Amino acid sequence: MELSGGQIVVQCLKDEGVEFIFGYPGGAVLHLYDALFHQDELKHILVRHEQAATHAADAYARVTGKAGVVLVTSGPGATNAVTGIATAYMDSIPMVVISGQVPSSVIGSDAFQEVDMVGITRPCVKHNFLVKDPRDIAETLKKAFYIATTGRPGPVVVDIPKDITDPAIKVPYKYPKKISMRSYNPALKGHSGQIKKAFELLISAKKPIIYAGGGVILGNASKELTKLTRTLGFPLTHTLMGLGGYPATDKQFVGMLGMHGTYEANMAMHESDVILAIGARFDDRVTGKLDRFCPYAKIIHIDIDPASIAKTVRVDIPIVGEVSSVLKDLIHLAKEKMDKHHHKSLEPWWDQIQIWRDVDCLEYDRDSRIIKPQYVVEQLYEVTQGDAIITSDVGQHQMFAAQYYPFNKPRRWINSGGLGTMGFGLPAAIGAKLAFPDQDVACITGEASIQMCIQELATASQYDTPVKIINLNNRYMGMVRQWQEFNYESRYSHSYMDAIPDFVKLAEAYGHVGVKIEKPEDVRPALEEAFAQKDRTVFLDILTDRTENVYPMIESGKAHNDMKLRVALDTPINRELA
Amino acid sequence: MRHVISILMENEAGALSRISGLFTARGYNIESLTVAETQDKTLSRMTLVTRGSDEVVEQITKQLNKLIDVVKLNDLEESPHIERELMLIKVKTNSNNREETKRTAEIFRGKIIDVTTHTYVIEMTGASDKLDAFLSVLEEDIIIEVVRSGATGISRGEKGLHL
Repeated sequence: MELSGGQIVVQCLKDEGVEFIFGYPGGAVLHLYDALFHQDELKHILVRHEQAATHAADAYARVTGKAGVVLVTSGPGATNAVTGIATAYMDSIPMVVISGQVPSSVIGSDAFQEVDMVGITRPCVKHNFLVKDPRDIAETLKKAFYIATTGRPGPVVVDIPKDITDPAIKVPYKYPKKISMRSYNPALKGHSGQIKKAFELLISAKKPIIYAGGGVILGNASKELTKLTRTLGFPLTHTLMGLGGYPATDKQFVGMLGMHGTYEANMAMHESDVILAIGARFDDRVTGKLDRFCPYAKIIHIDIDPASIAKTVRVDIPIVGEVSSVLKDLIHLAKEKMDKHHHKSLEPWWDQIQIWRDVDCLEYDRDSRIIKPQYVVEQLYEVTQGDAIITSDVGQHQMFAAQYYPFNKPRRWINSGGLGTMGFGLPAAIGAKLAFPDQDVACITGEASIQMCIQELATASQYDTPVKIINLNNRYMGMVRQWQEFNYESRYSHSYMDAIPDFVKLAEAYGHVGVKIEKPEDVRPALEEAFAQKDRTVFLDILTDRTENVYPMIESGKAHNDMKLRVALDTPINRELA
Repeated sequence: MRHVISILMENEAGALSRISGLFTARGYNIESLTVAETQDKTLSRMTLVTRGSDEVVEQITKQLNKLIDVVKLNDLEESPHIERELMLIKVKTNSNNREETKRTAEIFRGKIIDVTTHTYVIEMTGASDKLDAFLSVLEEDIIIEVVRSGATGISRGEKGLHL
């Protein structure tokens, strides 16, 4: 079969089983768009800004586990996509971004809409390619998908100069079924000796805790994690990225850890003697001050990426391998060797955890006459019966969502954890809704974040993706304001939002439903009404308490047992003291 | 501590910048770096000299290994190895110092590979500290320019870095 480069790209995507392409046309990709025009198998979603294309594709990948696909033009199209590529990179999301490039003959001449995309994206991709011959397209794209989706996933950029997709040049086409690369062989099975050592340490622990991150979600290891945690009887905490890996309503779940984690999760980490870290990367928002991080613990770390191990924190037993495979091995050992009375030996530890739990660190003023953002999230949880896909932007609302919406299933909580990209939420909601049209999808956002990709209300209308936008509108960049309150004597330097648009009218202008809510008693009915309108995008503009803060908080440079709580404790509560 | 890392990588455009970019992005330092094609034209071999604590060097090797273009690597510091560096030095000469300079170069097993009425170019190979030593015995005001290749290295014995 002889095809042009443009046709080859389209055919490769079909052969790869791609469903959606998120993109925006432009000069350098016109041949490609023409090839797209002649088919209707691949669905192209026209966004209103390339950043949104990457976020939507990213969320599609997060909810489905398949690679998201993006198509942008050269120059500004490509640079606009960079924020979304970096977002996916930080959270290890599989994505293939095809960018147009100026024709090969003018590369390097500062041609119109030329930018060195391979150079610009190098630090924020798993790998990237510049295609130099139409004959190389198929193999390059196969490699791109292979690299993006295997090992520790990540975005891959394929930059294609315009002449490579020229319809006048036809070359033979064959999509490789399999590919192997001598320089890329991700580890699969964990080392059995290390796994045995880990198991011995786990059952000897008196105060163990499981600390599980996004790797559990990415590695589809939720079932294994749940099974192992129940078998061992250990408490489990999740990172922001791990939420949903283990059912949050289960009693062994002690909440999220880290900067805005629960008192019980952070105290249990601090006092633990053995930590089983799974698919987590000891991020600074998790560890707090490194030299006071978990001072009494021996650490077992399971990760598919060897570079994640011992990057910031020393590890006693490293295990490199696929999380699901290593967990299966551990479950097997537990079944074979674990003492029936093992759970009994953990009772004093659970008693201690209960004391920390009794602090009730997520308590807030439920009788407030001003709408509390936490209340909105709790109501959203009830209205959606805890089963919606929740996307979020970045800031206080993101933390409230993580704290007050317990996720019981993986791939339900979609947020930019690593890069912290404002503007992520709305395009992500659209990407998630396209993947699962029958699923309730809500975007929890704030009036600052939502304005960073507000133009995507048009995309939602064009492709009929009825998502619900829960705008926690406090007229501040809430998280910035909170830090300024704590660290800059409440000098709110440029963190207030003036000239906020009328979101109701704005939603209506894009053809959606807009509702403004100002009283706590209106929150529940408005949410019910919004989700009852199955086929409409609904924008709920909810005026919340302007000065609400996210608690608990470990301020930068402090340790896990040094948390700021809504109601301050004099000293950390330990059993000896209680 | 100083480490010499030997890297076998795909001989592709951009592979070098991936490696140098990694060092700047993650704040590692490069003391020297040499690279050239191997007898297998699809591969390049790089010798990179860096400094850092054991933890930092462990991260450097892991991060390098993670690069898709890196096929294999080896920290030469972990076993007996040989290092060589090439240096070319251009010096001013006059009737007073010509003989003296030539003798000093010979002591260090250097070769004079270009001679004009007023200059020598001396070629010298050796471990980097030997080259340093030679430079330190030359009078500073006679040195016109010095160019050094950076260290290349290879492990002793039967072990080798290959596919």
